[in-house]
Parts: sequence; structure tokens; C-alpha cells
Amino acid sequence: MRGVREKAKRVSADPRRRAARRPADEAASPRAVEAALPAPFDAWFARRGWSPRAHQLALLAKAEERRSTLLVAPTGAGKTLAGFLPTLVALEKQPRRRSNDAGSGLHTLYISPLKALAEDIARNLVAPITEMGLRVSIETRSGDTSVARRARQRARPPHILLTTPEQIALMLASPDASYVFGSLDTIILDELHALAPSKRGDLLSLGLARLHTLSPGLMTIGLSATVARPSELLSYLMPQTQPDDRRTMADLVVARGGAAPVIEILEIEEPVPWGGHSARYAMHEIYRAIAAHRTTLVFVNTRMQAELVFQELWKLNEASLPIALHHGSLDKTRRQKVEQAMTEGRLRAVVATSTLDLGIDWGDVDLVVNVGAPKGASRLTQRIGRANHRLDDPSTALLVPANRFEVLECRAALDAAKAGEQDTTISRSGALDVLAQHVMGTACNGPFDPDALYREVRAATPYAGLTRNRFDRVVDFVSTGGYALKAYERFARLRPTEDGKLRLSHPSLARQYRMNAGTIVEAPMIKVRLVGRRRSRKPGAPRPLVGGRVLGEVEEYFVEQLSPGMTFVFAGEVLRFEGMEETEAYVTRAPGADAMIPSYAGGKFPLSTHLARRVRAMLADPKQWSGLPTPVAEWLTLQQRVSQLPGVDDVLIETFPRRGRHFMLIYPFEGRLAHQTLGMLLTRRLERAGARPLGFVANDYGLAVWALGDLGQHIADGTLDLADLFAQDMLGDDLESWLAESALMRRTFRTVAVIAGLIERRHPGLEKSGRQITFSTDLIYNVLRRHDPGHILLEAAWEDAATGLLDIVRLGQFLARIRGRIRHQPLVSVSPLSVPILLEIGIEPVGGVTREDILRDAAAELIADATRAGNGEAT
Amino acid sequence: MRSATQRLELKPERLDVGEFSRQPLSIAGRSFVADVSGALYWPAEDALIVADLHLEKGSSFASRGILLPPYDTAATLERLAATLDAYSASTVICLGDSFHDVGAADRMSVRDRETLGILQEDRTWIWLNGNHDPKIASCFGGRVLSEITVSGITFRHEPTASPVTHEVAAHLHPAARVSFHGHVIRRPCFVANGNRLVMPAFGTYAGGLNVLDDAFAPLFGNDGLSVLVMGQEGLYPIAARLLKED
Repeated sequence: MRGVREKAKRVSADPRRRAARRPADEAASPRAVEAALPAPFDAWFARRGWSPRAHQLALLAKAEERRSTLLVAPTGAGKTLAGFLPTLVALEKQPRRRSNDAGSGLHTLYISPLKALAEDIARNLVAPITEMGLRVSIETRSGDTSVARRARQRARPPHILLTTPEQIALMLASPDASYVFGSLDTIILDELHALAPSKRGDLLSLGLARLHTLSPGLMTIGLSATVARPSELLSYLMPQTQPDDRRTMADLVVARGGAAPVIEILEIEEPVPWGGHSARYAMHEIYRAIAAHRTTLVFVNTRMQAELVFQELWKLNEASLPIALHHGSLDKTRRQKVEQAMTEGRLRAVVATSTLDLGIDWGDVDLVVNVGAPKGASRLTQRIGRANHRLDDPSTALLVPANRFEVLECRAALDAAKAGEQDTTISRSGALDVLAQHVMGTACNGPFDPDALYREVRAATPYAGLTRNRFDRVVDFVSTGGYALKAYERFARLRPTEDGKLRLSHPSLARQYRMNAGTIVEAPMIKVRLVGRRRSRKPGAPRPLVGGRVLGEVEEYFVEQLSPGMTFVFAGEVLRFEGMEETEAYVTRAPGADAMIPSYAGGKFPLSTHLARRVRAMLADPKQWSGLPTPVAEWLTLQQRVSQLPGVDDVLIETFPRRGRHFMLIYPFEGRLAHQTLGMLLTRRLERAGARPLGFVANDYGLAVWALGDLGQHIADGTLDLADLFAQDMLGDDLESWLAESALMRRTFRTVAVIAGLIERRHPGLEKSGRQITFSTDLIYNVLRRHDPGHILLEAAWEDAATGLLDIVRLGQFLARIRGRIRHQPLVSVSPLSVPILLEIGIEPVGGVTREDILRDAAAELIADATRAGNGEAT
Repeated sequence: MRSATQRLELKPERLDVGEFSRQPLSIAGRSFVADVSGALYWPAEDALIVADLHLEKGSSFASRGILLPPYDTAATLERLAATLDAYSASTVICLGDSFHDVGAADRMSVRDRETLGILQEDRTWIWLNGNHDPKIASCFGGRVLSEITVSGITFRHEPTASPVTHEVAAHLHPAARVSFHGHVIRRPCFVANGNRLVMPAFGTYAGGLNVLDDAFAPLFGNDGLSVLVMGQEGLYPIAARLLKED
């Protein structure tokens, strides 16, 4: 670290300090519960020269009292062992005769978000179990588990089964669920902070509610990293049975934090660039930091950044340090190789995206570098937690802002970490498509009583507020499609029994369910295969392509924009796109070429609301600038002189002409997603106002709209009223009509339709070969919008989009916040603050173009061709 | 491939004014009008031709447990009615696969039947058989034929798998994937070469098959093909080099 530390300004913070004061931890005095640890365990700890940690014993004490508990602990605190200790102790204490009888039933279910994590944990558990001489059987179960083994697991369950949420749903849907789970005693939910706030978390919550019914008295143990509001997870662990809004909570154990992490913002003589995301300017420093440490994790926010940073580091890598790349698009075997090398300590650095935010513990990381802004205080804490899993050494982290706005954001994140703040998350209401899948799964298990199921579903925290009306509509959807036109009564999938229950109308529906269960609907992915050109026998003849290995996968829409000959960066090298061969993209190496395709959007996070507020406050208060690098402080001073600074609770709007276009810059600081939605809606409104908008770009901090009409003049003469332009009603009709054309909404609907079981999943390998008539969900979407606009799946898709990709909630809060607080600053030229946003033009795809325009332009191409042909030129 | 414009006999000056909703289309010397709805109008015979309606496809899926929205038949008939209003043709030729299966008659709602009856009033209605509807119930009225030749042009469901002329067929559901300036759009299209035409499917739930698929190769041989892509507001002639495979 020395190389960096000399020039870097050092700021330390301890995000865990506040957590460490929690009373639950004080209560967990090791002495009070020492008796709970049976002899083989004590002996085992002693042989290893270890002693049980306070939170491990505290959790054990809770388990003795049969209290469901959430353990919040940083990585490396022995969280997993803590989770399993109660189970191992309980099984050890059981009479021998019963515990070694494999037919005694499933005792503990361990659920993890990652299949690989479950397998890793299983391997790690075998050692202590063998060493302690415990007679405990452990198995894992996933989609890859053989049919025979799965059948055996149902007939003779192991004591401990490690699996994923999807497998739980599938097991619950089988007729023998009550046999398998009837004796269940404990459920351990790992990485709960990552799992709970998602559709997978919704599905799991419904499964938990079911398990609580099947096995009353069940104890749940949640394992989580530091979270903003543990109350969300505390209630997630418990069945909600109170008649009012009050939530039943599990107990909380917080592990004592280790040494305070050392966080620094990289500050070097080279000025931070105005825009861009590559942090190229800082590569020498990052490389020097890697060289000065044992093992470094370099976190970035997008796959594109990962590729770029990786390339840049290798350009500098004169010492040939083993530096690897890890992101979600890379081929699985490649990723596993990297993980393997990491575990074995053979790597000096890994450049990674959020794929490594959670998961398998790697002991030896002593530095975390975060390139780009951390986007949220919690994410930063989580990433820093990846360093130094030995709790007592301080984690060391280096923040590397890629542009000037990110300097502000890094500073805000650091201040937040210093204050021990976490981003607050909006509590989640359970997704309706997931509920539909669960209702179908329940019917596959056997006939169900709708009243009882409604009660059970409401016991799941995300569905605690579900109204009976909505529940009934979901059941109606599962049964007959839930259409306003009641046309499918005779094709109903659920039929009433004599005793008022609902049963599956045909056993084949259970097979259909099994094929389509789960909530992960992947965007269609294209394999990227590296091919070579065989040497041609005849000179001048085309050289045939020869297939090679698969480098990974990219989203279909990324490949769609490529034409043969274009170059892009992937899997750490510059590749030339050669063409599509069936479902694969063929590429060749293009060393030395500059990549033509600058970006693809996979895995971007919007700035958290919490950090955004801090950034605004910092901007508005020149007194705080003294802590900023000089060029950044100068930049803000210049902005103050030329224009104005955005305030904490208002919005600054600048207008200026530039190269024959008229620009409007808006600085809401509400994150990229909300800005994109705002951009879409603003261009529609400006179009209507006759301002002739041409397009817009958005980043996390603001957006730029440009037009042919003189926007500044329109505002000045009153033909364009800013209060009207930013009125909250834009979230009504304008949003509605934009969504009709929005590709994003169509993608969202497709996901919802698959999860809810309206249409079947595409199963790789099972697709018909030869010609295919593609039947897209767009057709269904169009028909529903027109003929059944109140349909429950449209409602579900809308809710998804509003909270997810469109971030309408946040945009709505913004519009409400700025009412009567819009400050307009007309300018003659570009403002300093606008530069980073304007630099996004050409990097980001420009919004605001409709499909019809594209077809019209494409047709115009043909006319141009025809005209040239008419003039005697070749087409 | 020769320039697509010659075969479609486009008049470039017309395209500039944004009049895209109807496009002239010449087949074996006869003049037709391709409509943005996906229908074909033959002014000389006052006939409207539509292909692959696939009525009751939704309920066909529903009977197998996949409960697609039950509005496809009504939606298809509604669009057909609007097109008929615009052209008030005295003859309608449906180029086969008008019904998704032979059981469609049992599943179609009374209301949709009545709508169909109203459309058939005062005009000659011809159903051609397709592979999905080898039999068409008599309750649906009209004449049922396997193919028909009118003024030298033969109308049939399945296109002849060799480079014939004077043919208007359907069955393949042609669709074009247009890649332009970084955007990709997949839409149904008319595909022709001046001698023959394959019509887009008219049915609301009818999918599309890429015109670059091998199935189209024997039809158009090496002469190349030209496409009119159906947008929401217009039909757009698109250069072959902008078309992409799936």
C-alpha cells in the first residue's frame, strides 16, 4: 500500500461501530452458554487451537430456547459455522439410535442463493463433522442432481440438505412434501440480505410460509451481512400471524465488528477526468497498489469497465503478476478456474463485477479497490468486507473515482461509512407473478383450501399486506387466465372439489409446472465463440472459419447491434465480430485494434437515494469543498461563477445553445434509471410543445435533452412553462402512452408472463431445430393492453417496471420534491457542470427514437440506393 | 442481388411524403396494393386477400393448459373489418390456415361468429384450405376450395417450392429482421420478386419466420427477393442488405 498511501489522502471509517453497540451482542457473553457445547465440540475447538466466537455461542443459546434468529456478521466472522452449530449440537444430543438412522427424516434445510455456495459449504462442513466423529448425513440438491438421487432424497432424506430456493419450490410442489418436510426442525438462510429483496426472495418467503404450516414450531436462522434495516429480515424469518400491521420479529445477534477498515480515496497529481468511466488515469496507481499487496480485489460497476480495467492493467503488467478477470458473462468454466486459482492463493488480483459481491470466502484478500463510484453506502461496506476475512485485521480499501462527479460520490460514500449509515431500502411487496407460480405449485402438491392458502400466504412478510381481492384474482388467473372475458371455464386448470377445495384438473399440469418453476428468466443469451481462420489452400480464396472455444455469453441485444467486422472488448481481449452461426456469435482475435463498440449495459447500479442526497448537500455547500481534490473544487467554483449550483431540495435547469442545437441540462441526482424515464417523458412533452427535441442522454447525476427549437427562448417568452413541463401528471398519460412503445416494458412483461406461467419457458436444447415460427410475448402484450387493460399480469408488469427499471417511485418523489422549486439558468454556452453529462453523448445509446422512425429511416436508405442506381452508380 | 426497388416498382418521390400505408405491388404484370394491415387488394378484381388468420389459436392453446388471452379471434376479425371498410371489396380470398385447427368451430364464441357473418354479407367469400384447416365447417359459410386461379394468378396456401411465377401464397408467415443504426426490429412483411408473392400472416397470434430462412430459398432462387416490412403506420421497402438472420 505504501506507494499509494504516500500520495493518497487517508480517511478511515468504521461502518460497524454502531452495529457493535447492539444489546444482543452484549448479552452474548460466552461464559453464560458454555454448557451448551457438548464435549466433542469443545475438544474439536481445542484441537484446532480455536475458541468459539461470542456470536456463535449466542446463536446456540437462542437455538436452545427455540428462538428464530438473524445473525448479522461481516464476512470472515465464522457465520456459516455459527449457523450450523445449533443443528450439529442438536443432532449430537439426539439419542444415537435415532440420529444414525437415515430414515429419521430431514432435520435441517440450508438455503443459499448460489448453487456453488451450497456445494462449497457442504464440502467445508464435512471436515468438522468427520473430525468430531458426528454421525450426520449431508447432501446437496440442485437442478444438476440426478433423478435417482433426488428420488432417494425424498424417500430417505439426509439430516441436512443444502439447496436453493427453486429446489424448495419444486419439492413443495410434489405430493410427498408433507412426508419430506414433516420432521423439519431448522432452516438456515444464508446471504439473506441478497436473497430477500428479490423475486427469488418472494418465492422463498412463500415456501417458508408453507414449511411453517407443514412443520409447526420450525426454527429459522438467517445469516446476513450488515444491512440498513435488519427489521425487514427479522420479520422475513417469522410467519406473520398478527391480525394488524404489527410484524412478528425474529431475535437478532450482531457479531462484534473487527478492526476498523481503512478506506482511502485515491488522489494523485493527475487531475480526475471530466467524464468517462474507465479510470484510465489511475491505472499506474492501481497497478502499484496491486504490486504492494498480497491479493487485491478490483471491483468495478459494469462488465465493460471490468474488461477495460483488465486490459489496461495488463498493458502495465511488466512483472507479469497473475491478474485475472471475473464477470457474469464469462464462460462458467473460466469463472470457476479463476475462483479456484483465487482459493489456492495463486492470483495477485482479480478484476470483478458484482458477481463477487457475495459468495465463497477467500481468506487472503488484503486490499479492495473500488473503481468508479460505489453507488451506495451498503454496497461499499459489503465490498470492503471482502477484504481480510480474518476479522481482527483491518480491511483496506481504495476508492478510485473515474470522473469528477464520482469524486463527489466517493466522498459522500466515505462520509456515510464514517457515520455508520446504510442506505435505506424500500420495503418490498411480494410480486404477483411469483404468487401465481406458488398457487400453481401448491395445487401440484394436492388440493388446497383457498381460505387456508390466503392465510398462509399472508404469513410471508412480502405478502403480509396482500388483499383478498388480489389473492382471488391471482387464483382466478391460475385457474382460467383471469380474463375479463370468461371464455376458458371449460379449460380451467383448477377445479373445485366437493369439500370446497381446488384441485389440479389434469396431472400433466404438474409436469408443466416443474418445467417452468423458478423466477430467474434470463434475457436470451448468445454464446461467443472464438474462431480462427484456416489457411487457405489457394491464395486469394476466402479462408474458412474454424470453430474454437466458447469465451462466454452476451445478451442478444448486444449482438444485434453488431455487424461483421466490428470490434468489441470481451473476455479481456479485443475481438472482431465475424457473424452469427446458428445461436452463436463467431469472433476472431483483433489484437491491437481499438474496440468500436464502446459499451454494453449489463450490471449497472443506480446511485442510491441516500448517497444522492449527500452529494447534493456537498455541492450546495462550498464550505465542504475544502476536502475535495483541487481540480474538482475549482470545477465547482467555476460552475458557481458561470451558472449556479444545484441546491439540496430544488432542481437546477440550464439552457444553452451549442453547435446549432439547443440543450437543456437537468440535475436531479436521482440515478440513471429515473433519469432515463424522465428523459423519455420530457422528450414527449417537448415534442408536443413544439420544441422539436432530438434526443437525450442520462447518467446517475443528471440528463441532457437537445432540440432544434430554442428551449431557452421558449422558456423566456412563456411558450414553455417549466412548472407544466415537470408537472407530476407526466407519470399519468404520458407514461402510459410511452410504455405502449417501450421495449423495456415488453421485456418486463415477458418475464412476468413466464414466471406467472402464462407462457412456457424456452428450454435450451429443447428448441425445435430447423425453421421456427417465432411467437413472441409482444403479441400477447399488445392484445392484453388493447382488450383487457385491467389484467392482473399487466398490473404485475407495471409494478415491476415502476419499482425496477423505470424507477418511477423515485421519479415521482423527485417531481413532488421540486414543485415550485425549479431554478432556470439561461446560459450562452456550456456550463462546467454539464460537461460530464454531455460527454456521455456517444458513449450511451441515445433515447427518444421510436421504432417507426427507424423503419422510416431504413426505407429512406433504400431510396438513397435507388437514386444512386438511377444515376448509374453501383448499389 | 439486383436492386429491390425495380421489382417493387416503387416511385421514390411518393415515399418522401410519408404516404407509407399503402404500397403498389406488381406480380406477373398485375397491379396490386399491399396494405399496412397485412392484406392485399387487387383493384382490377375488387378482391381483398388475407392469409393465415389462425382464428381460435388462443383457445387451442388454452385447451392444452396454456391460457393465452382469449381475444385473438375478435382482434383479428376487428382488423379484418377495418380493412374491408377501407376497400369495400366485393370478393374476399382467405389463403388458408384461416382456423388454427379443425376444432375451432366448436370453440368460437357466438359473438365472433356473428361478426364473421356480418363481414361475409353481400360479398363473395372464398376459404382456401391450409394445413391447419384441411376441413372447414359449413357453418362458416363461403366457398371452400383448395386453390383458385383468377385472371392468370393462382392463389394457394403453400407456396410451390420452386421458382414459379403467377402465384400468391401464404403459409410461411414471412418476417423481416431489420438492423439499422444500432436498432433491430423484427416485423411481418410481404416478400416478393415481381413474379410471385408470399403474404404475411394476418392472424393476431401468428408468429413470423425470417425471410432469410432456408424455407424461402427454393421459392425465390437466386433472383433475390424484396420485402415490404409492416410498421405500425406504414409499409416500408427495406434494402436486402439491412435484413438480418435471427
